[in-house]
Amino acid sequence: MSEDTAATGKSYFTPFNIIAGLIVIMGLVLTVIRFTGGLAATTNLSDYNPWGLWIGFDLLVGVALASGGYVTSAAVYLFGMKKYHSALRPAILTGFLGYALVVLALHYDVGRPLRLPYPFLVQQGTTSLLFEVGACVALYLTVLFVEFTPVPLEWLGFKRARNLVVKLTLLLTIFGVVLSTLHQSSLGALFLIAPSKLHPLWYSPYLPVYFFVSSIIAGLSMVIFESTLSGRFFKHKMDETHLAEKDTIALGFGKAASFVLAGYFIVKVIGISAGNNWHFLQTGYGAWFLVELLGFVALPCFLYAVGVRDKNVTLIKWTAVWTVLGVVINRFNVSMIAFNWHLPASERYFPHWMEIGISVFIVTVGLIIFKFIVNRMPILYEHPDYKSAH
Amino acid sequence: MSISRRKFLGWLAAAGLSTSVTRTARAATTQHFTGYPDSVGVLFDNTRCIGCRKCEAGCNKVNELAAPDQPFDDLAVLDNQRRTSARSYTVVNRYDQVNYLKGPLYRKIQCNHCLEPACASACFVRAFAKSKIGAVTYDETVCVGCRYCMIACPFEIPTYEYDNAITPRVMKCTLCYPRISKGLLPGCVESCPTEALTYAKREDLLQIARERIRRFPQRYVDHIYGEHEMGGTSWLYLSAVPFRQIGMREDLGVTPAPELTAGALSGVPIVVGMWPVLLTGIYAISKRKEKLASEEKELAVTTAVEQAEAAAEAKLAEALAQADEEKKKAIDIEVQKALEEAARPETEEAEKSETEEDS
Repeated sequence: MSEDTAATGKSYFTPFNIIAGLIVIMGLVLTVIRFTGGLAATTNLSDYNPWGLWIGFDLLVGVALASGGYVTSAAVYLFGMKKYHSALRPAILTGFLGYALVVLALHYDVGRPLRLPYPFLVQQGTTSLLFEVGACVALYLTVLFVEFTPVPLEWLGFKRARNLVVKLTLLLTIFGVVLSTLHQSSLGALFLIAPSKLHPLWYSPYLPVYFFVSSIIAGLSMVIFESTLSGRFFKHKMDETHLAEKDTIALGFGKAASFVLAGYFIVKVIGISAGNNWHFLQTGYGAWFLVELLGFVALPCFLYAVGVRDKNVTLIKWTAVWTVLGVVINRFNVSMIAFNWHLPASERYFPHWMEIGISVFIVTVGLIIFKFIVNRMPILYEHPDYKSAH
Repeated sequence: MSISRRKFLGWLAAAGLSTSVTRTARAATTQHFTGYPDSVGVLFDNTRCIGCRKCEAGCNKVNELAAPDQPFDDLAVLDNQRRTSARSYTVVNRYDQVNYLKGPLYRKIQCNHCLEPACASACFVRAFAKSKIGAVTYDETVCVGCRYCMIACPFEIPTYEYDNAITPRVMKCTLCYPRISKGLLPGCVESCPTEALTYAKREDLLQIARERIRRFPQRYVDHIYGEHEMGGTSWLYLSAVPFRQIGMREDLGVTPAPELTAGALSGVPIVVGMWPVLLTGIYAISKRKEKLASEEKELAVTTAVEQAEAAAEAKLAEALAQADEEKKKAIDIEVQKALEEAARPETEEAEKSETEEDS
């Protein structure tokens, strides 16, 4: 951004900057409307539909897609897969930004955002799954922050502080995986309390398991997707190791994703069997469920496998995009499309354009910060002072 | 047996005073919680309801809610199906064509005050509480406004002040908790002109309801809605027609809401306890594998070096031996040569002297 353009003498008005700038302006206007007019002025939420896009996308999808951080750090530090080391920092950065933006988005969604610390400071509702989600997200955001600090510390040249944080790596990684297991699954468990509102094909006692397993899938696919994008837009920032490991990461993570998708497919089928919900498959919702299960679980499982066998990195990259889309669809189904399925069409929810606007705004803010950091800090290359220090 | 409200006013005092009993209602215990002893409730009998909306008016008045768009005596409102809203804790709906002989039937909707409320279990700041007297109360001073209570409530009761930008609240019937604590009747019960609403201890209400069904089996369906639904509710319902025909869900089941999430919650400490063990184990295994691999590598290298050295030594020794032999040979040859050389002059000299002697 600014520094690059100044250095290379280019204009500030790059297509990215223009579009991002317009979105940010729109977002700021919508923010004013939201906090002066209330939820009624900006959303289509109703008494029947208390949760909309800001929970379905910003919270559920946001947290699921930010899972690359724990998946990659577990692979590298706990499972000893050191050849994926260059995927680590981009994944932790996206994870950290993802969670930070989730928390930002929640300020738009809840009625009294300044009270967001109340569940921890004032009164603890420990019987609530949402308490668990809140506690784990808050703690995990802190963990991701600490995990990320070596990057700015290297950038700023604080060697001793950086080396101190690096010593905590193993502890932080284990803590991060524990917290991620808990809140990824709890996001699914949120809906356990509403069996009478969520369609039986999506409601299952295994919802927490589904959300956790699919978060691994989302994390693996997002790392592949991100490295594709970085390879395209930040190639000049990548050092030889990162360039060389790019395809290794796609092949390795694609293989893992294929396996986890296979497991996910099996537990989903077990869920239908356990609930004996086969007859719903003949209905319209059943057809949509099959689209999700066959089109966005079974198909990418197969495509990943083919891609890995043929060492077809292009196929793996496109499959990653498709898989991420599948996780988005799943979260939308659980929180919006199959939720309140018993209500007449007139009472169903469809997001207001301003809700979509805020979500786009928040994603854009994430992209801008990501770009800012990647252009300055050692994310896609190793800092010369710490080469092979890990 | 018809019991007047007045009589229950007396009972109420007893109910209100007997809340000192301490018993905790907790999710996922082996005990089946059937409500606080002597807690109160309301029985709604739709064979007595005339759809006058007086209860709506009474509720609006005692709870000081915003005035409705249409006045409460405008019964045209009943032409549409309504639900609770931020401006009305209770609404009455009319159901035509469910009971041809006796005209329309009505159903009053408000918070059912579950014995184990979904909203209270779902709230992450404990803004909701089931009081000992039976009311499910709401504390707006801690509410964050996440609206998970509205997701959780199987009866779709809580509502939200979406148009309030700064201090929005969840709005729902409180069973007139402030009034009943003082020994007064809930606003709706007080204003009902037909005794379609009966306020009493829940245990007594169940007796009354059973008695009505027993005495007039042709008038009622044999079911007290709320006795077991979602683990039981403080509000109970009698109806002339099956409850689904008056918009009440019969597929909610009898499991109290907290039990639905108890399993997931019980998994939390297990993950906290066991995941670090498992993950450290995986780390240790991968670390050990790495160590073994590097040891093996080292061993392979040393062996290779040793072998190479041994081979080189052998070769050297051989070469040396050969060199020795060759040297020996060379020496032998030299010695031989020297000897031969030494011998030659003698013979030459001898020959010479011989020739000299000859000449």
